[in-house]
Amino acid sequence: MSETVAELTSGGGAALPLGAYSRPKGGGGWRDWVTTVDHKKIGILYGGTALFFFGIGGFEALLIRLQLATPNGTVVGADLYNQLYTMHGVTMVFLVIMPLAAAFANYLLPLQIGARDVAFPRLNALSFWLFLAGGLFLNSAWLMGDAPDGGWFAYAPNTGVTFSPGHGMDFYAIGLQIAGIASLISAMNLIVTVLNMRAPGMTLFKMPVFTWMILVVQFLLLFAIPVITVALFLLLFDRNFGANFFNPEMGADPLLWQHLFWIFGHPEVYVLILPSFGIVSEVIPTFSRKPLFGYEFMVFSGIAIGFMGWGVWAHHMFVSGIGPISVGAFTLSTMFIAVPTGVKILNWMATMWGGKIRLTTSMLFATGVVSMFTIGGLSGVTHAVSPADTQQTDTYYVVAHFHYVIFGGALLGFFAGFYFWWPKAFGHLLGETLGKWNFWLMIIGFNMTFGPMHILGLNGMSRRIDTYSPGFGFEFWNLFATVGAFVIASGVACFALNVILSARRARGLPPEPPDPWDARSLEWFTPNPTPVHNFDEVIEVSTLDEFWHRKWTTDENGKVVRKATAEEVCQKGDATDVHLPSPSYWPVVLAAGMPLIGFGLLYNLWICVPGTMLVLTGIYAWVFEPPDDPDGPFGDGHGDHGDHGDHGGESSGDESSSEREAASVE
Amino acid sequence: MDHDQGSHGTGTGISNNKLLMWVFLGSECLLFGGLISAYLINRGRFHTGPAPGDIFDIPFTSVSSFVLLMSSLTMVLALSALQRGDIRNNRIWLLTTALLGSLFIGGQVYEFTSFLREGLGYTTSPFSSAFFTLTGFHGIHVSVGIVMLMSLVISSYRGTLTKKNSETVEIVGLYWHFVDVVWIFIFTVIYLVPSPTS
Amino acid sequence: MSTETAADLEAGAGHEHPTDAKYVQIAILLAVITAAEVSTYYVDIGPILIPALMVMMVVKFFYVAAWFMHLRFDSILFTRFFVTGLILATAVYCVFLTVFEFWSKG
Repeated sequence: MSETVAELTSGGGAALPLGAYSRPKGGGGWRDWVTTVDHKKIGILYGGTALFFFGIGGFEALLIRLQLATPNGTVVGADLYNQLYTMHGVTMVFLVIMPLAAAFANYLLPLQIGARDVAFPRLNALSFWLFLAGGLFLNSAWLMGDAPDGGWFAYAPNTGVTFSPGHGMDFYAIGLQIAGIASLISAMNLIVTVLNMRAPGMTLFKMPVFTWMILVVQFLLLFAIPVITVALFLLLFDRNFGANFFNPEMGADPLLWQHLFWIFGHPEVYVLILPSFGIVSEVIPTFSRKPLFGYEFMVFSGIAIGFMGWGVWAHHMFVSGIGPISVGAFTLSTMFIAVPTGVKILNWMATMWGGKIRLTTSMLFATGVVSMFTIGGLSGVTHAVSPADTQQTDTYYVVAHFHYVIFGGALLGFFAGFYFWWPKAFGHLLGETLGKWNFWLMIIGFNMTFGPMHILGLNGMSRRIDTYSPGFGFEFWNLFATVGAFVIASGVACFALNVILSARRARGLPPEPPDPWDARSLEWFTPNPTPVHNFDEVIEVSTLDEFWHRKWTTDENGKVVRKATAEEVCQKGDATDVHLPSPSYWPVVLAAGMPLIGFGLLYNLWICVPGTMLVLTGIYAWVFEPPDDPDGPFGDGHGDHGDHGDHGGESSGDESSSEREAASVE
Repeated sequence: MDHDQGSHGTGTGISNNKLLMWVFLGSECLLFGGLISAYLINRGRFHTGPAPGDIFDIPFTSVSSFVLLMSSLTMVLALSALQRGDIRNNRIWLLTTALLGSLFIGGQVYEFTSFLREGLGYTTSPFSSAFFTLTGFHGIHVSVGIVMLMSLVISSYRGTLTKKNSETVEIVGLYWHFVDVVWIFIFTVIYLVPSPTS
Repeated sequence: MSTETAADLEAGAGHEHPTDAKYVQIAILLAVITAAEVSTYYVDIGPILIPALMVMMVVKFFYVAAWFMHLRFDSILFTRFFVTGLILATAVYCVFLTVFEFWSKG
């Protein structure tokens, strides 16, 4: 299809249709970050933003714990308490864990499959900016004095206008809609990327487990986000246009909300955990110097979790009156889903067994995931047993369960990922000493905070209450948990300190040499930090753990012997002829319009006008902007495209073929 | 032939853009499924206002459904024309598709306003809210499709829509056919399957 | 398959194309089925009404998807994505309707 390439070449310099602006040039500075379409920068943007929201959500958590430290607490009133625990949940789930997964997925996935970028770089940027827009919109509710207060699960009819007057729940609905679009677009993008842009020789079953888990997550998002989209629209319409979806006075069944929410919500929890499972599946083999035990089982169990996750949602509704047959059916399906997860836990342990363990900070966090998630999974199994769950539900036992799996599982996994891939992204290692302080303070604090909640819950402490009376036996463990929360905070502070100090230490020094961990997958082929063009040359893949097998081989006795050093195998990073997609203004423009539309719907419809104009301008300018800038800093290597194997990123790597229409002068 | 316009160098040999549209359509099944299910459990909840069995005008809706169905034919004829390099007929068929789509929307508007006159408003009952939300979402999807079709028509007039980028028409066509297919489902399940009466 | 142009043949493996005449034929078929569906409004066919409507709906669905959306001629991957979404939606929402006792209480 050389004619397509020729069109791109000739189109770049031809008259621009509709007087569209030429695309911004790259080159550094804040404008570079705002207009970037580079998956690595987008990944870093996701990570930084997520950590910012982590600070906010953590602060909300500390206020909650201060309020609950003593009976009849007076730190915050009931109203504010409701807003705090709602926003803590919404923030942590949607603005921290999901974007942290997106950070790692965006940065690593193209590298792990040997690609130059994702299939749709501008859509990728749009996803980030929409996430930021949604997150800021949601949190702007605090500034309006009216944060959402119906819990992160927003059960109707409590969240209708009768019981939640004020705009809080509208911020919830609109903010999450905006963020939801981001995730949906990203899911579509990454699915196409994995299917279409793998390096030559990389069959699906040679992809790293991390890539596989991300792929499963994208399918979960693809099919689950539309369900919560429906739910949020129905809530919005009930609240603002007088619809009757959840209004019992008009004869509606509010349980509709719970079903729609949890049909989304249960696949969502697998969205939260699978990326960390993927990270752990990279970290543990590296620091055990052993291949992952049972690769196929790890992949298939991930897929199985993805499938089965659709059949268990009503286990969140065991006491909502759905009737014994439904309860029984969902009890069964929920019990079954423990199996594939158990497979993973056993495989990680089997990987470590007999391996040469290096307890780096990353490895510590990874083992933390395995152990803490096991505890959370066990409490989950007790929830599956519906008669037991009837006792546990709406108590602190549930709070313990999901914090063990989300904090102990997902979050610790991301920290393992930070310590592992920090040199790849930033060119220097995070400090190990401070890292160990980070780990131990976090895991001790975490167990201090959430361990006792199992006891509190079984002793009858209700969840979602702003305070409790003395004399029920809740005092000691609540105080203990609050102390634990501050221990967690100090652990997080260690991480922040580590980030700052290690950057300072590395200033002026040459970057970390390639492959500091003696790792296994393709991203380690590049120097640190990853060059903007990713790979100098396309890598031909012949096996799983390709990078490892270029360095190590087995001799006649079956002993593992060195074949080449990392320096010999790794690329130099100095290629100058890789054609990169040009940056673009329009994703951020489009995203900026969405919160304006949101504010307009809430306060004054006129505000929707500039919002809509921004969105429409963004869309049309995007569709009609020229494909790639031949004068851009990365040069125009159009002539020698025939040599490059990474075509997947080029002519089809750009967006709609209407770009070609813009480029071609017929 | 230019079927593989966007597929140059892709791992599956399929165009990225076309794959993106199919992936998106997969997710849309869950969206419309949710709206349809929300309707189905609410179709019997109308203690205020008219019942579906009393208010639906099957003959009228049959005509507008037929119109939308035929627009799928004109859509595919538009694509076929462009793939032959026949830019003029491509434009004519695209315009016809947009016209038929607009006719469908016009029919929807007429249907909604007559329902309104007969006492079925958006807020009248759970049935009414669910009905208008479902058909409203579908109507918005059709309208967005019409906008895309007109954008293609404009490109055609400007000379930038040719056989070389017929894949764009194909992708818009996929979206259009999907919206039609959703209506096939809605027409049968919501209108033709007998509804409760008061 | 009906007549293909030389351009069709040079396209490469598996790229058969229905002709315009074929598309019109399918449209006529769809119209006929629609007419049959609508006729159930006027003619009482008893308890097979709903199964008959479902069958006709599925047939129309199939023809639009397979022919107009070109699924039967394209890569099987597209079909897989679409069918996965369809089956998942159908399964999940049918379970949902069951929990709401839709089948018994309508």
